[in-house]
Amino acid sequence: MPGITREEVAHLARLARLELKPEELDRFAGQLYDIIGAVARVSEVADQDVPPTSHPLPLTNVMREDEVRPSLTPEQALSGAPAQEQQRFKVPQILGED
Amino acid sequence: MTDIIKLTAAETAAKIASGELTAVEVTEAHLARIEAVDEKVHAFLYVDREGALAQARAVDEKRERGEKLGPLAGVPLALKDIFTTEGVPTTVGSKILEGWIPPYDATLTKRLKAADVVILGKTNMDEFAMGSSTENSAYGPTGNPWDLTKIPGGSGGGSSAALASFQAPLAIGTDTGGSIRQPAAVTGTVGVKPTYGAVSRYGMVAFSSSLDQGGPCARTVLDAALLHEVIAGHDPMDSTSIDAPVPPVVEAARNGSVRGMRVGVVKQFRGEGYQAGVIQRFDESVELLKELGAEIVELDCPSFDLALSAYYLIAPSECSSNLARFDGLRYGLRVGDDGTHSAEEVTSLTREAGFGPEVKRRIMLGTYALSSGYYDAYYGSAQKVRTLITRDFEKAFEQVDVIVSPTTPTTAFPIGERADDPMAMYLADLCTIPTNLAGNAAMSLPCGLAPEDNLPVGLQIIAPAMKDDRLYKVGAAVEAAFVEKWGHPLIEEAPSL
Repeated sequence: MPGITREEVAHLARLARLELKPEELDRFAGQLYDIIGAVARVSEVADQDVPPTSHPLPLTNVMREDEVRPSLTPEQALSGAPAQEQQRFKVPQILGED
Repeated sequence: MTDIIKLTAAETAAKIASGELTAVEVTEAHLARIEAVDEKVHAFLYVDREGALAQARAVDEKRERGEKLGPLAGVPLALKDIFTTEGVPTTVGSKILEGWIPPYDATLTKRLKAADVVILGKTNMDEFAMGSSTENSAYGPTGNPWDLTKIPGGSGGGSSAALASFQAPLAIGTDTGGSIRQPAAVTGTVGVKPTYGAVSRYGMVAFSSSLDQGGPCARTVLDAALLHEVIAGHDPMDSTSIDAPVPPVVEAARNGSVRGMRVGVVKQFRGEGYQAGVIQRFDESVELLKELGAEIVELDCPSFDLALSAYYLIAPSECSSNLARFDGLRYGLRVGDDGTHSAEEVTSLTREAGFGPEVKRRIMLGTYALSSGYYDAYYGSAQKVRTLITRDFEKAFEQVDVIVSPTTPTTAFPIGERADDPMAMYLADLCTIPTNLAGNAAMSLPCGLAPEDNLPVGLQIIAPAMKDDRLYKVGAAVEAAFVEKWGHPLIEEAPSL
């Protein structure tokens, strides 16, 4: 069982878009280590030749006719937006200046 | 003069239909009860006084006009704050959605309204339904009406506490690993996790999509069945919704019997970690089933020992993906948008500020389990365990009609006791998780008080997928036998607050 270091937690937090505080990194490192240590038991079955189950139902694509139907108005869709402009979600700058 | 708040949902509906009570009277009685006790219990995050009274008035007007009323018309209900409600705040117990007013109703909300059920408000829950105690709510814990210093279960602790404190005769929960059944068990109420896909997930905030399932909560088996029938059924808005008739749950609840049934007892559902009083009440329940004419069959389901581990890899993995939608850009909280931070930084700052510790832990655990190098060993193996659990259930249901077990290994624990120990908290769902992984149906109903602490113990009944009616048939028989034995329903022993 590999340990989980503070640096790994920081990396996971970056991947998960969580700006963790230093004290959270320390606390989570210990807790994640304990949890992963406990759940690692599942690897007992890693070599068994059984198919994986991702879902309790046999999933198939559900299709419908491509028809125009009533839906949210732009005002409703934008009603929870932290910021909006010209019927659009206003977000912080994504692309660089140049 | 009967106390309105003590009536069952079935009794309340009958009295409204006959004109003995109006829906407004019933709603006002429950709003008054909420006013009187919820400061202590904290079952509700939001009470929709105006909306509830308007719905009640509409029911009374409908009746005066001679229009046909639904089976639960005018009956008040407490709705878990995970279902969207148009114009009424929906927080999922999280700061990230504080103040959010959904522009649409969940399918379940729509069905309740169409059935003339009166929605009193939204109930407290562990943030994003992650927890077993409701302590992970960003809005403070809920007390267990049997002992306010104890947890009411979780994640649906607000719903179970509302029932046990007579603030509503009906409630809605969601069950990903036990969040309907475990709260029912520790509050002496009834909760059902229907077969996966039976109740639409449209408008139900997603935690772990292959496990999440909404379901009915009540104080009696019949009331749960009446609610089950209202909320279940195919929904084209949910691609995992089962397109088949709802099993005859109400008929089963009205005709409880176990005579000639084969009832399984799984050897993995006892042992270390189980409270003596819980095992005692469970063993008595098995004896009772025998007396009622059931045949008891011992079962061995070895893969169940790995269920908890598989669950705590699968559920966090799905949650890390599902909760990516909370990016601070389109709705909910936004932090750091002051012109000095990039969109990505704003997302990270928003999620840091908006999510509580358990949600962050699970997002990171899922991110870890899904990352390259660990995927096969953890997530891949967990999916194999899921297959083995499904097979163990299939083999079991070749031999038995239903399986019974304790719902939880212990009675309600003190608020704060496990708050800083995630692994201890996770053990609360030991008996409920296998059902979620396999997608079949299960119920918890009260089977007595544990002698050592006088707190409720839950009996779990598990049925194969699409055989939800068996839960009600067995549950109604057990409930009737216990009420006869005790001389009254267990809930009557709950403190009056």
